[in-house]
Amino acid sequence: MSLTLEVRDLRTHFFTRAGVVKAVDGVSFTVARGKVLGLVGESGSGKTVTGFSILGMVDEPGRITGGSILFQGRDLATLSEEEMRHLRGNRIAMIFQDPMMTLNPVLRIDTQMIETVQAHEKTSREEARQRSRDALGMVGIASPDERLKSYPHQFSGGMRQRVAIAIALLHRPDLIVADEPTTALDVTIQGQILAEVQKLAANTGTALIWITHDLSVVAGLADDIAVMYAGRVVEHGLVDEVLDRPLHPYTHGLIGSVPSRNKRGEPLRQIPGMTPSMLALPQGCAFRARCPRAADECLVEPELRTILPGRQVRCHRPHL
Amino acid sequence: MSLYLLRRLIQAVGVMAVMSLIVFLGVFAIGDPVDILIAPDADQIERERAIIALGLDKPLWMQYLVFLGNALRGDLGRSFVFNEPALQLIMGRMPATLELALGATIMAIIIGLPLGLYAGLRPNGAISKAILAISILGFSLPTFWVGLMLIMVFAVQLGWLPSTGRGETAMLFGLRWSFLTQDGLAHLIMPATNLALFKISLVIRLTRAGVRETMLMDYVKFARAKGLSPARVTFVHVFKNILIPVVTVVGLELGSTIAFSVVTESVFAWPGMGKLIIDSINVLDRPVIVAYLMTIVLMFITINLIVDLTYSFLDPRVRLESKG
Repeated sequence: MSLTLEVRDLRTHFFTRAGVVKAVDGVSFTVARGKVLGLVGESGSGKTVTGFSILGMVDEPGRITGGSILFQGRDLATLSEEEMRHLRGNRIAMIFQDPMMTLNPVLRIDTQMIETVQAHEKTSREEARQRSRDALGMVGIASPDERLKSYPHQFSGGMRQRVAIAIALLHRPDLIVADEPTTALDVTIQGQILAEVQKLAANTGTALIWITHDLSVVAGLADDIAVMYAGRVVEHGLVDEVLDRPLHPYTHGLIGSVPSRNKRGEPLRQIPGMTPSMLALPQGCAFRARCPRAADECLVEPELRTILPGRQVRCHRPHL
Repeated sequence: MSLYLLRRLIQAVGVMAVMSLIVFLGVFAIGDPVDILIAPDADQIERERAIIALGLDKPLWMQYLVFLGNALRGDLGRSFVFNEPALQLIMGRMPATLELALGATIMAIIIGLPLGLYAGLRPNGAISKAILAISILGFSLPTFWVGLMLIMVFAVQLGWLPSTGRGETAMLFGLRWSFLTQDGLAHLIMPATNLALFKISLVIRLTRAGVRETMLMDYVKFARAKGLSPARVTFVHVFKNILIPVVTVVGLELGSTIAFSVVTESVFAWPGMGKLIIDSINVLDRPVIVAYLMTIVLMFITINLIVDLTYSFLDPRVRLESKG
């Protein structure tokens, strides 16, 4: 199994006036060629920052302070901005959460697609246009020739996300980072896009990191899952195994919170408390204050360790 | 598109009509031109004759209707003071003001846009902070004082630039322009700079705010994620979006400069429309005041129309709305 991406102990910190925010603090996971990794967590758990770190697009005052991002053997954390730019949109693409906002409202679709082709390859405009048209066709947009001449506001949200996906696919990237790309869409459109992306990834061997807070999406789409909490991966493993038998109390709570798994008539189960402030993380395990299994030993920060074959968890007292 | 233009034209005529009435009544309320225009030692018969000659003997509503009737034939009345057609008087002064205002606006764009862009892209840099600090000066220093200082430094002490008048002019389209001759251009530089200072600051601030706001938008992040060069992201993706507010404000500023550059024109003895209107108000030269304000209203309507048309060029979302 060849690895497309191996993130090791990634740390991305934001140096704000109020203090250092350790948005990503020791994240490790791997994604194999043609596989889908579901990166799951609540808002503010650091999953989006992880995505932007991989693309080398962490904005000020943040920066990658440690760890490595091995992409096909090269450490992205050590590349210059110019080298990163040649990878972005070319070998590593990204799809954003809100399709209404990702396309520039004042530029035509063809402009936005052709510039992407020409940013990485010396091709004629005509050839770039052909490529763009084919990409639109591939993501299921009817009459792509006409649609190329449209502006974003002439598309629905689902169509815009298809355009964004088509742009991401233009250079047949080896890795796509998708940041909650279906969260803003209707369920039916969501289903179509998930199926589409899954097919494309399997056909082209593209590895996919699917960032989401929706476990049901991950269950249907991903091969592996990494659960993040307060800037750290707390559990990592095959998606079926993790969802069937979560080891970390947080994963346990997350799965328990999915409404369809609760019995009708009973109050919905939830994880008590809130995600801690990233400026003032408690000592030891960050989940300690909300954890039903917390004990004295949890005052010491647990390491991510392999406790079952293929199963990693960051917990002193996992559900075994 | 033509329907849109037609609708705008009808609106414009309506605005002009209302404006003429307001101005006419307003000037009437200020005072009686007879008291100022006719020599105090004139006898009753001379007075009567003058009043009839100026058409001031008729009731106000009839004076207005006569004015309106003449205006429709392109005659906005004769100046009480100069005894010349008011419109001709204004048109004679127009080029001076026009080239002054346009010069200032062009300077504002050429200097303000790049500085604002720079300050927006590097909000924390020392140069950006300096640009911002200077723009505060541009906002707050009074125009007349800056004008006087410019004259002091560049005309009196250094002797580089002439301080008053338009200098040599050349004819174009039957009007006299300063910017066509080297001497005229030298005369134009200082007053135009004086007027431009405020505008440069305005454009800097607008551009900077626009850039900072736009840089945070998802579509800019997405453009970067596509691997576009920073130049392409800035000059295509960001720039086209920030131009909309800049065009609006620059358009309105251009209008108000043409209409109200009185202070600068006075300081530099620039024989433009601002000077003419102030003089006319002093002697209640009603035809000139009315004609001037009508010209200004027409000009604002035209500038607004141009701004709106520019919008539809810049923003495709506006294009659809104007059709529907």
